[in-house]
Amino acid sequence: MKLKTNIATSDNGFIFNPATGDSYTSNPIAAAILTMMKAGKTDADIKLQLLDIYEVESKALERDWEDWILQLKDANLLEAR
Amino acid sequence: MTQKLKYERPFIKKMNTGLMNKFGTQNEATAVIDIDGVAIKGLVTEYSSPLFVLSEKQIRRNYRAALRAFNTRYPKVQFAWSYKTNYLNAVCNIFHQEGSWAEVVSGFEYRKALNNGVAGEHIIFNGPQKTTEDLLLAIQNNSLIHIDHFDELYALISLCEETGKKPRVAVRVNMDTGVYPIWDRFGFNYENGEAWSAISKIVASGKMLLVGLHCHIGTFMLSTAAYGVAAAKMSELAIRCKTTLKNPIEYLDLGGGFPSTNTLKGAYLPGVDTVPSVDDFAEVITTTLLEAGFKHEELPLLILENGRVLIDDAGYLLGSVIANKRLSDGRRSVIVDFGVNTLFTSLWYDHKISPAQEASQHTDNVVLYGPLCMNIDMLRESVNLPALEPGDHLVVHKVGAYNITQWMQFITMRPAVVLIDEQRQPHLIRKAETLEYLEMPEVLPEYLKGVK
Repeated sequence: MKLKTNIATSDNGFIFNPATGDSYTSNPIAAAILTMMKAGKTDADIKLQLLDIYEVESKALERDWEDWILQLKDANLLEAR
Repeated sequence: MTQKLKYERPFIKKMNTGLMNKFGTQNEATAVIDIDGVAIKGLVTEYSSPLFVLSEKQIRRNYRAALRAFNTRYPKVQFAWSYKTNYLNAVCNIFHQEGSWAEVVSGFEYRKALNNGVAGEHIIFNGPQKTTEDLLLAIQNNSLIHIDHFDELYALISLCEETGKKPRVAVRVNMDTGVYPIWDRFGFNYENGEAWSAISKIVASGKMLLVGLHCHIGTFMLSTAAYGVAAAKMSELAIRCKTTLKNPIEYLDLGGGFPSTNTLKGAYLPGVDTVPSVDDFAEVITTTLLEAGFKHEELPLLILENGRVLIDDAGYLLGSVIANKRLSDGRRSVIVDFGVNTLFTSLWYDHKISPAQEASQHTDNVVLYGPLCMNIDMLRESVNLPALEPGDHLVVHKVGAYNITQWMQFITMRPAVVLIDEQRQPHLIRKAETLEYLEMPEVLPEYLKGVK
């Protein structure tokens, strides 16, 4: 999954979509994921890195990842595939 | 090995402009990890989830503060604990230990008060339904019978003739206090003269002792002025009873109806900011009575039957998260293990709900659903909560009034209730229901037994 190229993000989790004018805040882990996505990392790479940094099991992460992608889709922040 | 960071489900939250007020949004992210110093996690582990928890310290504090508000302003005050608000025996006995009488509204509650050791003459019997058996019991115990309608009045006169006893009674009065709709379904109306007619009939019968006048002008009353109007009209009736009928009135019972600080659904501001205090009500009521024209030595005893205001904030409901779910419109929902069947008051209030474990300050607006397979089972339509995981605990605040009496056994069992005493010791005061308990009154016909 890739973020749209025009989406602006900041280190503290602020997100701005210039196409719609919508802005979002995010919790720290979401901000970290967005940074990785912007850096072009694949989903698999990001998940591996999260498992390495955070106290979370892969099953729980997998479940939350589904929800995370749903949120990004809902906010219209992802590139159409 | 480096320590890993605490994990929290990732989420984004859309920022809206133009909707904020100067007070900001209500943030319920602050974790509440104990009740009166007893850890919530330990309570849930020992007594299971969901679980009602009552704080004895808070109950007594509420009672003493409310009584102080009245008896520092008026010489003769008596509280009567409203059984229907919460009639767990442990709760009733705390109030009785503090000096409260019992106010009951059914034969079942009446017998409960007797079983709790309340002296018959300290039981106030309200309510529109009192069976012949109930009335006979109340007469025998010299209780205060509050007459609700003419049919009850005539039934009571017949019972007096049959038994030759002279019960102590009061007339329930309803009236226009400036708060609408008028609560006119209980008792006799003041404005149309029905109340005076009932009073005159009782005195003329010579078969009962008319000792009091009672009113209950509403519930969750947000107007103190309405109590001033009620106290004035009740005083006028009492003075008229003495001067016209030569029947002095011993007590005026102003009923209950004081609100707790819960936030009513649809309210613009939270209850804590808008609800009058007990002192505000006490000031209006006692000032009116003191200025009504009674001689000082003839001031009637002031009885109050408050329930909600004395116990709501002493009750908590602990529950657990079952699941998180994204709804079709993108909103997040959280499913918890207690529903509207357990938390009946969620139909009236936007209850304050807190996480019971440390969480980040980042909150998301969620819909909170109960576990029932029913569409109505929604506890909060919109509440800001931090990311929660299945198994995390939540605390619902101010649930001490009406839940433990109006809860329903529907789909799930009714949970246990624990009382934390003043020494911070938890006591189980009602066990969680079991299948055996629920099936105890059921009778299965022989021909249906063993059906495969």
